Amino acid sequence: MMTIKESYEAREFKTVAEVSGPLMFVDLKGKGGVSYGEMVEIQTTTGEKRRGQVLDVSKDLAVIQCFEGTAGLETKDTICRFLGETMQIGVSKEMLGRVFNGRGIPIDGGGDIVPEKILDVNGAPINPSARQYPNEFIETGISTIDTLLTLVRGQKLPLFSGSGLPHNMLAAQIARQAKVLGTEEEFAVIFSAMGITADEARFFRDDFEETGALDKVVLFLNLANDPAIERLLTPRLALTTAEHLAYELGYHVLVILTDITAYAESLREVAAARSEVPSRRGYPGYMYSDFSTIYERAGRIFNKKGSITQLPILTLPNYDITHPVPDLTGYITEGQVFIDVGLNRKGLYPPINPLPSLSRLMKDTIGKGSTRDDHKYVADQLYALYATGRDLRDLVAVVGDESLTDTDKKILEFAVLFEQKFINQDYHEDRSIFESLDIGWELLSVFDDPYRVLKRIPAEYIDKFHPDKRDKKVNFDSVDV
Amino acid sequence: MASSEQIGIIDRIAGPVVQASNMLGSKLYDVARIGEEKLVGEIIRLTGDLATVQVYESTEGLMPGEPVYLTNAPLSVELGPGLIRQIFDGIQRPLPVIKEKSGDFIARGIEIPGLDHKKMWDFEPSVKVGDKVTGGDILGEIPETPTVDFKLLVPPNIKGKLEFIAKRGDYTIDDTSATIVTPSGDKIDLKFYHEWPVRHPRPFHARLPSNVPLITGQRIFDTFAPIAKGGTGAIPGGFGTGKTVSQHQLAKWSDAKIVVYVGCGERGNEMTDVLREFPKLVDPYTGGPLMDRTVLIANTSNMPVAAREASVYTGITLAEFFRDMGYDVAMMADSTSRWAEAMREISGRLEEMPGEESFPAYLASRIAQYYERAGRVLTLGSNPRESSITVVGAVSPPGGDFSEPVTQNTLRIVKVFWALSKDLASRRHFPAIDYLLSYTLYWSALEDYYIENVNSEFPKLRAEALALLQKDKELQDIVALVGPDALPPSEKIILETAKMIKEDFLQQNAFHEIDSFCSLEKQYLMLKTILRFYEKASDLYGKGAIVTDIFNHEAVVKIARMKYVDRSEIETSLNELMKEIDGLTPQQFGMEEDK
Repeated sequence: MMTIKESYEAREFKTVAEVSGPLMFVDLKGKGGVSYGEMVEIQTTTGEKRRGQVLDVSKDLAVIQCFEGTAGLETKDTICRFLGETMQIGVSKEMLGRVFNGRGIPIDGGGDIVPEKILDVNGAPINPSARQYPNEFIETGISTIDTLLTLVRGQKLPLFSGSGLPHNMLAAQIARQAKVLGTEEEFAVIFSAMGITADEARFFRDDFEETGALDKVVLFLNLANDPAIERLLTPRLALTTAEHLAYELGYHVLVILTDITAYAESLREVAAARSEVPSRRGYPGYMYSDFSTIYERAGRIFNKKGSITQLPILTLPNYDITHPVPDLTGYITEGQVFIDVGLNRKGLYPPINPLPSLSRLMKDTIGKGSTRDDHKYVADQLYALYATGRDLRDLVAVVGDESLTDTDKKILEFAVLFEQKFINQDYHEDRSIFESLDIGWELLSVFDDPYRVLKRIPAEYIDKFHPDKRDKKVNFDSVDV
Repeated sequence: MASSEQIGIIDRIAGPVVQASNMLGSKLYDVARIGEEKLVGEIIRLTGDLATVQVYESTEGLMPGEPVYLTNAPLSVELGPGLIRQIFDGIQRPLPVIKEKSGDFIARGIEIPGLDHKKMWDFEPSVKVGDKVTGGDILGEIPETPTVDFKLLVPPNIKGKLEFIAKRGDYTIDDTSATIVTPSGDKIDLKFYHEWPVRHPRPFHARLPSNVPLITGQRIFDTFAPIAKGGTGAIPGGFGTGKTVSQHQLAKWSDAKIVVYVGCGERGNEMTDVLREFPKLVDPYTGGPLMDRTVLIANTSNMPVAAREASVYTGITLAEFFRDMGYDVAMMADSTSRWAEAMREISGRLEEMPGEESFPAYLASRIAQYYERAGRVLTLGSNPRESSITVVGAVSPPGGDFSEPVTQNTLRIVKVFWALSKDLASRRHFPAIDYLLSYTLYWSALEDYYIENVNSEFPKLRAEALALLQKDKELQDIVALVGPDALPPSEKIILETAKMIKEDFLQQNAFHEIDSFCSLEKQYLMLKTILRFYEKASDLYGKGAIVTDIFNHEAVVKIARMKYVDRSEIETSLNELMKEIDGLTPQQFGMEEDK
């Protein structure tokens, strides 16, 4: 017996009832035959073809969101062809080194991709009992991240940034330098641009090219002047490609998603066009669920070689961390890297403020055998002293430094050094985790009485690792010193 | 699930909400199977012959005109042996079995029962033929895990005379366990499990007062804001403040016999963390692995939103089942905000008139109904048992702002408020529970327990410590304005002591082998030692000693290490320390010049 779906043939409609904002309403004349989430090919009167997706469907009406915008569409004579399948992408290893637009069409002048597999772009949720807990250290070569906010394979760690801050440089540097100690595994970068400028996209491309990494990179570019609704598709194409590379071909994939704020705006645009009841700041109530279908696609799976690590970039409107976009992101991602406008003004690069930043997966990743025995304690201690230093700075600004104890004065000095020597590094500087930890120790050695001041470090670690006390013959550049 | 017949036809699909016509004869909250793939859904509105169904799986690809099958049964769970150690999705499908069927990713339309129907269980009856039994009576036992005995119960609504009871032996849950002849002469065959609709609270005989604390091993909770067995509590906090770690700590160390942990719309890796860690951890009360008393429900954020709405009900129904066996159950829901948001999403799709922040107008009553399923009760049955469900819900307020509707509606119901503070978290004061903002309404009911079981002076110490923290807060405001030097030494003593309470008592390292769990006895001794030092410091200062010197004494270092002292040595060690403190004389310190 044929199912209703197979038997239905009338898949073409010329009955567009209304075009409004990013949406098109098609009168199905009571014939139905259109499924929810189905892809639609829209043919304009000039013969141009665009893509859309069904958002709401009954027998009489289909609501379609048009990825390539609705400008120039008319209600008369526009043809809607329902394609009978949800949005899919053909994926292949050949995609490495190629550039696609936000809908997955090659735009680098190369030929079409011969797909190894055709996959639904929405993916399916990873079964929590199939997940492998991420605990492999990724060395980014950036002291603040490696030491205090360790990035882990399979983690989703967003950069919370703002306008005028160097988040792109930081993301490019991470993509360039990221590696796992002691392994030579296949590594790929997938870059998903959503509403960024052509300049920004070129910056990334040039950077990948310069380092000869371009043949390990797949770019999906939806730029600022590309249709805004297409942005809802771009990250899903990128992640579907990533899943193929990671779980079928065994690549360790780093996915850079920029800019999530622009993505959220498109989501809001569609919701507003459907007259949905808005939640905070006009964003739809399901934005959390929608975000999670992107972020939760990071991870590792038991008995699969590859992994997907995500580095989403968010530009916080007015650097406000309570804005719905960073807020909902923070509830899903495993920490955040906070790029600080104050540190940037001081001319420091990368201006990462470790205090509001966090890596949730760090605790199970670092330590002997993975990084170094003293890592946890050094990280805790640097964090604590820098936090105290910033507090003291505020206090001094109000009451002056007369009432400070000698230790407090040292801590103030430490905070300055920490910013200049530890946080600050060159755009091309690739520090090993051992170098980073040793810089940390060097800064901690400004205190005359380490056992008293360095409360977060057990005495035996001070004896073993403190620059004034360590055994110079031992090689400290080793994971199991 | 009951056999399904086609009656309806899909009319409209919008996200997780489907409208179907020709649905006359269906009942509200009945389960419907949607489309040719038979996706699981629940009827949430009936208008004439139109039904609105929320679907627990992704609806992509559904088409108007596809059939809707009716099961004539509400959303139910299977209650029998085999719940413990399992991890279910929001509608009680075991995730490991889904994995066997559909691989690493969750596919749609998978139909699997909640319990393993093939596994053999070793049953031992405790009743005999001819006995009169009633709903809630125990028919026999199955050793489900080394630490938990499964008790086979007569389902709540059945009573009569036993005509048959299974002999000692191995059975699957589909075998007949007993036959009961009801007073009206009907014969009812019982299996080793029964089904129960998740939205219906299971009945009990009577409510009991909540006057026994749920010991959590967490100093901030047990000492300052304890929760009673059968009580309700909420942990609201912005992201990064440690909601999940706090919930995990409660799940690990609570002295409940059974723990039901619902991961509702949260991170996949967090559930993986629980799955990875719990089997390795040792239950401090039984010595067995923690997993042997734990049931997990995981509906992560990227799993379908309607199933997220159902997951908290699934969780509490399982909890009620264990309560009815006579066990103290602790249930954690992380996070109830995601549950509320799921309600909001469904409500939006139904085009209902929105309430505050576009949450549905019935948000408050749903939250209240849910928490009311907690409580300490006398169970049904001819030998009623005292048991309880304690519910602790995490709340994730947007932007960490507690004035939002979910937090506020929750606080109107729950009696314990553990407020997470971003400020404390950013100073790495963990658990980042705001010790002044948090409260418990159970203290007056629990005070006697502490006096009898811990120490008669415990309430006094607690009050003293809270007063010091309050005073410290006031002084800190002054310090922020004029610097610490402006304070007289007597107030510096308060600052230093409060610092000790905060750093050496309230801060607790969840990842430290010894510090992760702290017994009530140890909590008492630690607090006593700190306050003994405070008393001594005031005394020494009165005799002329310099305050800074007093707090530089090595006893202070020893106080800081108290938390890492093993349980077995704590008493000797702290009594020695207190003796040392008592023996301090002003001569050991520098003297104020004017004294």
